[in-house]
Amino acid sequence: MSSRDKILKSINRHLVPAAPLPDMDQAWIQFDNPTEQFLTMLSAVGGRGEVVANLQAVSAKLHEEPFYDDAKQICSLVPNLDISADKQVDLNAIEDPHDLADIDFAIVPGEFAVAENGAIWVTDAQVKHKALYFIAQHVVIVVHASDILHNMHEAYPRTGLNTEAFQQTPHFGVFISGPSKTADIEQSLVIGAHGARSLRVFLVEESFDRAQFK
Amino acid sequence: MAGHAQLADKFVANEERAQWHDKSLWFVRHKRDNISHSIPEWETLRETASQVKLHTVAHLAQYLEEFETNAKKLGVTVHWASNAAEHNEIVLSILQEHNVKRVVKSKSMLTEECHLNPHLEAAGMEVVDTDLGERIVQLRKEPPSHIVLPAIHIKKEEVGEVFHEHLGTEAGASDPGYLTEAARQHLRENFLAADAGITGVNFGIASTGGIVVCTNEGNADLGTALPNLHIACMGIEKLIPSPDHLSLYTRLLARSATGQPITTYTSHFHGPKPGGEMHIVLVDNGRSDILGSDDFRRSLSCIRCGACMNTCPVYRRSGGHSYQSTVPGPIGSILGPSQNAKEHSSLPFACSLCGSCTDVCPVKIDLHHQLLTWRKEIYVRGLLPFSKTFPMKVMSKVFQRPGLYAFGGKVARKALRLMPRWMIYNPLNGWGRQRDLPEAPKESFRDLYKKRKK
Ligand code: SF4
Repeated sequence: MSSRDKILKSINRHLVPAAPLPDMDQAWIQFDNPTEQFLTMLSAVGGRGEVVANLQAVSAKLHEEPFYDDAKQICSLVPNLDISADKQVDLNAIEDPHDLADIDFAIVPGEFAVAENGAIWVTDAQVKHKALYFIAQHVVIVVHASDILHNMHEAYPRTGLNTEAFQQTPHFGVFISGPSKTADIEQSLVIGAHGARSLRVFLVEESFDRAQFK
Repeated sequence: MAGHAQLADKFVANEERAQWHDKSLWFVRHKRDNISHSIPEWETLRETASQVKLHTVAHLAQYLEEFETNAKKLGVTVHWASNAAEHNEIVLSILQEHNVKRVVKSKSMLTEECHLNPHLEAAGMEVVDTDLGERIVQLRKEPPSHIVLPAIHIKKEEVGEVFHEHLGTEAGASDPGYLTEAARQHLRENFLAADAGITGVNFGIASTGGIVVCTNEGNADLGTALPNLHIACMGIEKLIPSPDHLSLYTRLLARSATGQPITTYTSHFHGPKPGGEMHIVLVDNGRSDILGSDDFRRSLSCIRCGACMNTCPVYRRSGGHSYQSTVPGPIGSILGPSQNAKEHSSLPFACSLCGSCTDVCPVKIDLHHQLLTWRKEIYVRGLLPFSKTFPMKVMSKVFQRPGLYAFGGKVARKALRLMPRWMIYNPLNGWGRQRDLPEAPKESFRDLYKKRKK
């Protein structure tokens, strides 16, 4: 007998009392001001966030960032960001994700943000190499300001994980909440373990077409 | 094999360190309290999460088949392993088929439970654990002492020593920032050089065939986004019915574990990356037997948050290694004997029955009740050591004879007051170690009661 059949048989041998699936539609946490809550949580987990008027403002803000101007390789999936041509890396021209090892800055779109925990949902839908999210030294995520949800119970239906479309493509989605960190050495928190050393989030007020992102 | 108490002896011998360990974990428990109190519906969350787990376990075969079908649709190869040996063989053969030399692994208690690393290393592969805490214990050639905080028992000076030896950091360095930076460089090299990535699984989703892996460092992501081969090792109890139920566990896990609102990266893998290959190994290794037990079935709900360890007064003061079990602490003291009652017979006794673990458990496992049940079970199976059975036998004889009991009490009360200290506090009196006995009363309760009634 195959191990598969052995395991299933061993499980079915036992008569386990039935237990109904509980109702998931309950009074989950809501916030008076989800934007403010999101920004508070994001800074609590080591990230930085702010509301800006439009995509142009993102560009201006980034130039205030010291390591942005020092960066040698920037991979931006957000259009019109005033990045000098010799710095811009075209993700779609890269075949092997190992070639992303020296990316200093990744600027990527996020689908929505969650107020209760400062997390942002990103996928590989328009991103050829998901490695970009984790290998870049610094990550910037741009989210529409109206796409802030209260809690994870609102978030999961929005991910579309259960839909046919998600199962075709994309194959990967991640909630990112803050920069990479560890407290494995005597419980002292160190930001920048293996992944991004910093995470900056822009909540953009003016509506923009997500299809602009490539 | 030495029992928990003997192993804990070594740990408490260094009093300063034992206290430091206790404090570090209490700090984590405290963070958990703060953040759980910030969620008004915390108890509802726990109750709902517990019900979903009980439901899933009651329909496990059906959900496993659903999961398998959907995972296959996503292009994943699904394997089944009855036990640890089979799991190791499957993983090794996949790696060998792909000519893999170097593997990066992200924290997985299951591969630890199966002793995967030595198996792969014996076949000539290099396996690098990439969670920082795991890497530290791996370099020290010891097992993790905690499921979420594997290196919680190690001081920063000691990390400095290991890194000096293996990563060439400066001698005597102990700054966590400096050491983490060194580990970052070292591990990034390994991520870039790896031919395959192995991860554990926090949750498997039956309705989609996808899996979820939670880390703070992003190691599971770097380890699977670069190489083309991803092997995920998953205990069969990790299933949940649908993504909507994930909302419960992603809210509970990190808050219970470390007091964070959610892990930094909560990654949902649905099939291989473009051009890559993904395998999922479903492992039983004793789990389907636990499913058959009315007493211990609920232990299968565990989401491995570690909260029960952080709160346990015995764990905090005796250290994870004293449990000699992949999962230590309260939940480990239930799972250990379930896998091998003889080998782990002392673990259910490493418990003060204070019930604190049951109070913090996010999925409402009745931990201390199960521990008590295990004690009875271990007695019934004749696995109790003489030091515990002999006094019980004597006392049972005494309790059956009220006259003898009264006489004994009288002698003891006199003796405790009159005997010199060394006669009472000697190696034969385990209770007198580390604590003073209360002063013996002049009268017995029975005498007092008689007097009052008059
Ligand atoms: S038994 Fe409960 S508290 Fe302990 S690790 Fe498992 S889920 Fe967490």
